[in-house]
Amino acid sequence: MNKSMIDLIYLVPLLPLIGFFITGLFGKKQKSEALIGGIASAAVGGAFVVTALIFMTLVGHGSEERSHIVRLFTWMQAGSFTIDVSYQVDQLSILYTLIITGIGTLIHIYSIGYMHGDKSFPRFFAYLNLFIFMMLNLVLASNFLLTFLGWEGVGLCSYLLIGFWYERKFDGSFIVWTGDAAKKAFIVNRIGDFGVLVAMFLMYNQFHTLDYTAVNAQAAAGFQPGATLITTITLLLFLGCTGKSAQIPLGVWLPDAMAGPTPVSALIHAATMVTAGIFLIARNATMFALSPTTMAVVAGIGVATALTAALVGLVQNDIKKVLAYSTVSQLGFMFIALGVGAFTAGVFHVMTHAFFKALLFLGSGSVIHGMHEEQDIQKMGGLKKYMPITYKTFFIGTLAIAGIFPFAGFFSKDEILWNAFSQGHWVLWAVAVIAAFCTAFYMFRLLYLTFGGKERFDHHHIHPHESPKTMTFPLIVLAFLSVVGGFLGIPYALSIGGSIPNLLEHWLEPIFAPAMEILRRPEVHEVHAIEYGLMAASLMIAILGILLARSYYKNASDQPQAMANRFSGIYKLLWRKWMLDEVYQYFIVDVFYTISNGFLWKIFDVKIVDGVVNGTARSIASASELLRKIQSGIAQNYAIMMMVGIVAILVWLGLGT
Amino acid sequence: MGMLLVTLFLPLLGFLAVLFINNDQSKGIKYTALGVSLLSFFASLFLYFGFDHTQSSFQFTMNAMWIPTLDAGFRVGVDGMSLLMVLLTTFITPIAILCSFGSIQKREKEYYAWMLLLQFGMLGVFVAMDTFLFYVFWELILIPMYFLIGIWGGKDRIYAAVKFFLYTLVGSLLMLVAIVWLGIYAQGLPGGHFTADLMKLREIAPTIPLEIQKWLFLAFALSFCIKVPLFPFHTWLPDAHVQAPTAGSVILAGVLLKMGTYGLIRFNLELFPQAMFEYATPIAWLAVVGIIYGALVAMVQTDIKKLVAYSSVSHLGFVVLGICSMTPEGLQGAIIQMVNHGLSTGMLFLCVGIIYERRHTREISEFGGITKVMPKFAVLFTIAMLASVGLPGLNGFVGEYLTLLGGFTSPFLNNHWLSIISATGVIFAAVYLLWMFQRVMFGTNDNPKNHGLHDLTASEYWQLIPITILIIWLGVYPKTFMVISEQSTQALVGKLETLKFGKTIYPLVEKKAQAQK
Repeated sequence: MNKSMIDLIYLVPLLPLIGFFITGLFGKKQKSEALIGGIASAAVGGAFVVTALIFMTLVGHGSEERSHIVRLFTWMQAGSFTIDVSYQVDQLSILYTLIITGIGTLIHIYSIGYMHGDKSFPRFFAYLNLFIFMMLNLVLASNFLLTFLGWEGVGLCSYLLIGFWYERKFDGSFIVWTGDAAKKAFIVNRIGDFGVLVAMFLMYNQFHTLDYTAVNAQAAAGFQPGATLITTITLLLFLGCTGKSAQIPLGVWLPDAMAGPTPVSALIHAATMVTAGIFLIARNATMFALSPTTMAVVAGIGVATALTAALVGLVQNDIKKVLAYSTVSQLGFMFIALGVGAFTAGVFHVMTHAFFKALLFLGSGSVIHGMHEEQDIQKMGGLKKYMPITYKTFFIGTLAIAGIFPFAGFFSKDEILWNAFSQGHWVLWAVAVIAAFCTAFYMFRLLYLTFGGKERFDHHHIHPHESPKTMTFPLIVLAFLSVVGGFLGIPYALSIGGSIPNLLEHWLEPIFAPAMEILRRPEVHEVHAIEYGLMAASLMIAILGILLARSYYKNASDQPQAMANRFSGIYKLLWRKWMLDEVYQYFIVDVFYTISNGFLWKIFDVKIVDGVVNGTARSIASASELLRKIQSGIAQNYAIMMMVGIVAILVWLGLGT
Repeated sequence: MGMLLVTLFLPLLGFLAVLFINNDQSKGIKYTALGVSLLSFFASLFLYFGFDHTQSSFQFTMNAMWIPTLDAGFRVGVDGMSLLMVLLTTFITPIAILCSFGSIQKREKEYYAWMLLLQFGMLGVFVAMDTFLFYVFWELILIPMYFLIGIWGGKDRIYAAVKFFLYTLVGSLLMLVAIVWLGIYAQGLPGGHFTADLMKLREIAPTIPLEIQKWLFLAFALSFCIKVPLFPFHTWLPDAHVQAPTAGSVILAGVLLKMGTYGLIRFNLELFPQAMFEYATPIAWLAVVGIIYGALVAMVQTDIKKLVAYSSVSHLGFVVLGICSMTPEGLQGAIIQMVNHGLSTGMLFLCVGIIYERRHTREISEFGGITKVMPKFAVLFTIAMLASVGLPGLNGFVGEYLTLLGGFTSPFLNNHWLSIISATGVIFAAVYLLWMFQRVMFGTNDNPKNHGLHDLTASEYWQLIPITILIIWLGVYPKTFMVISEQSTQALVGKLETLKFGKTIYPLVEKKAQAQK
């Protein structure tokens, strides 16, 4: 019976797919928003229920029997190359699936309120359902290629949803329309996908399979740590991760992705899709562990992104952009964890971040909704009395992301910091702590400027109001999760001598065991005094950031401008996001365009290749033109020609003898 | 056997029938043409269901002597690859005819007659098992296509038609020389006689000295590479596409280009394998250059139709790369990519035609925000665009992925860089298609001329829907179609491997079996 429960895994992606078809094909004619939103939400909610049942079944199994492959049908076959549509149900995928369907359901419900009255209401829910379907394929796949389907599929949905309001303008570097932002997201991601594609070729060429289990097992069996091939493969995979999870150098698309409706930002660009990169590495932890080089690169890119994004977050005035940069920064933290071999800590942070960042984004959506589409925090202030539920839940989310005990973010972030430090990467630790300080600062800056202080909006036109229940209910649930979520992964140091189990670590342990073996990382169960010290230090630093933000922004109304003036040089650089967009535009995009347009097309294709073609035709034509003159129609000329010919033949014959 | 003849000759009968209908019977002409092409499609379905795909041999064969002194006969039959091409042809033609109903206003009788003759020619190319018969069909196609472009085309139609005609003819004349040479060679063998029988030539050709094989190979290859078109023989294509009426472009991209890649497999690969070993790498490099080059030039086009035309250069590059890989993955990928490209690019041309009908321009800058006035069209255009981008789950991905994989693992090419460089093509494909799409469909509908555009008509809807269904079907469950050509591909690859390595190596199979133990 238990086994057959697990076989029902196909229902999990299937339900949202059915939802997609219903809302997509028949939604347009249906007038009732409640029905459309209800069907879409029920599809994802149903998937969540099935997932929960399967999860319970797995819990009932011994820890060695929690990995199952459910094969559905053959997708592609040619020669000896066979790829199945088959799902791998195990501790890692079921955790991700719970997060995706759980938070997905909440965001669907929220969207019923948020998208109320939108003329493309059914289209929005169709896309959301399609997204869930693709995301589930990404995490449930038992092979790289099916994950790749989900990987590109979520990219597609992200594209469709960023450009959802295709008639709206959006302000960004080199971006005018929301469609520009959508296109940018897709193309930048494609660059990363190129890496995944080539990595898959290399793996198939070497291992003759793309199944996760087989590839990782064969890699571990056949290669020594540090093998060049494995390093190449994992670096190429990581290129894909930098695209999807918005890390340096491909992170530029995420802030512009905020052009999409806010629930999209919460679901896709914070809680689920952008953590796909972490998933891919966690899924292939064994292979990554085999390459110290790649691990160092992952950690290095992670910490660099965490800091640079946090710094940009300090100066943003658009409520969603602040959150976007904070997402980039938090994803950087997750990569630090993976890079130092703390895979569980990375996944832990994925989970807590999903809770509090979805909460914060939905909260910002509630603010935007209540402020009639205003997103500039300079034009807000004092909203807490108008939107009490939004304010309280947002406050909880802010405490969680800032890393205040005992909110969820504290545990996961601290786990990452401690792992970095205890592995001897104290530089990583130090930089990450600075990033954490910035996080606390800009998040409270956001909180104060939005909800505290004087009201800076125009009372005549804007009447802030609390959002409907469909929107506040998800906020409350997520706020609850942001408070308690951290207790799933209590560090040993806080477990009162091991009496409170670290549930998450225990759950994921079999998944990462082979990687840990390669890294020679024994389980440590002793408490270091220094761990408490570091914990206290990071908590202090977070509080320092909060206090600093409080002193600047608690009551001030003109502070953003004042700060901008005081640090004008660095401010400008941060305001323009390190000029990365400019560099890409001028040194890559424009160069390609100019060469393609100016040389390849207008000169090489038209003048050279076609020039040869037309030139050949013309020279034949002009040669004929010359020959035509012989055919003059004048009998005398023909007679002369004939004479010349006869003489020539005679001469030739004469010479011959 | 019977059904193959029915499929093949129905269009010819239709051609004659249309000629006998009175000029002013516009409806009668149109529906006769449509009906005949649909009947041909249904007949080809019997071939699909009757085909035994566990066999690699030609099926539904027929052999009737035509010119005894040349041993040229009416020899026809289909193996897996040609059956797929036949199905593609019978599927695309009715759609192309249907899409002409509104747009073709002048000399309708001639137009539909040419369309049916064109279909007859295309089917003939794919079923011919005789070099002379093949050549006759190959050249037959030039005539209707020449007139379709030259009479019903755009402003520079005469230039484009002549260019198309001459360009192709130059190649095919060399092919004729090679065909004759092959016959004479057969005659010179002990007890031999002149022949055009492809089955006999398959036995004979590999015994030809390599130096001569190379020349024959090149004569065939030039003809086919022009048709594909392989870089740098592609410049006839943008002109032909831009000037051709929509149906002409659909047929051109949907079927005609595949005659080139089909020929590469049927003749170059099957008749001259040793020469192929010599030339596979340079041809593959041309394909790779074409993939990137086509994409980059497509990116900077201002005319949507020209953009799609250049994208064909890029997409067909994948097919040629797959062929040159000579692996089961690469060849199967190439064959399915031929079908895919026919569907998705055919559909893109239909979409371009649909907005051209309404605005009589194809300049990207004339458009913007079209989604608002044509939402249904937007959905289907999106799907066609994404299929062309190679999104997994839609058809384009299957072919692209397998050809790249074949190129990467090929023991014949033995060079990873071919596929790695080609794989950047997937980035550029996203760039040029998404950028075009965004400029045409997104943003606000500012141009007053675009305010009143009406959404898809029922007829347009029924042109696009069948293709859409296949695009998704092939993306999710390509097996339905790939299984048809599997055996013939395996047999061919087995032969090639024996020839090159002295044994049928399925190295991947063995290693995979080991890996699973």
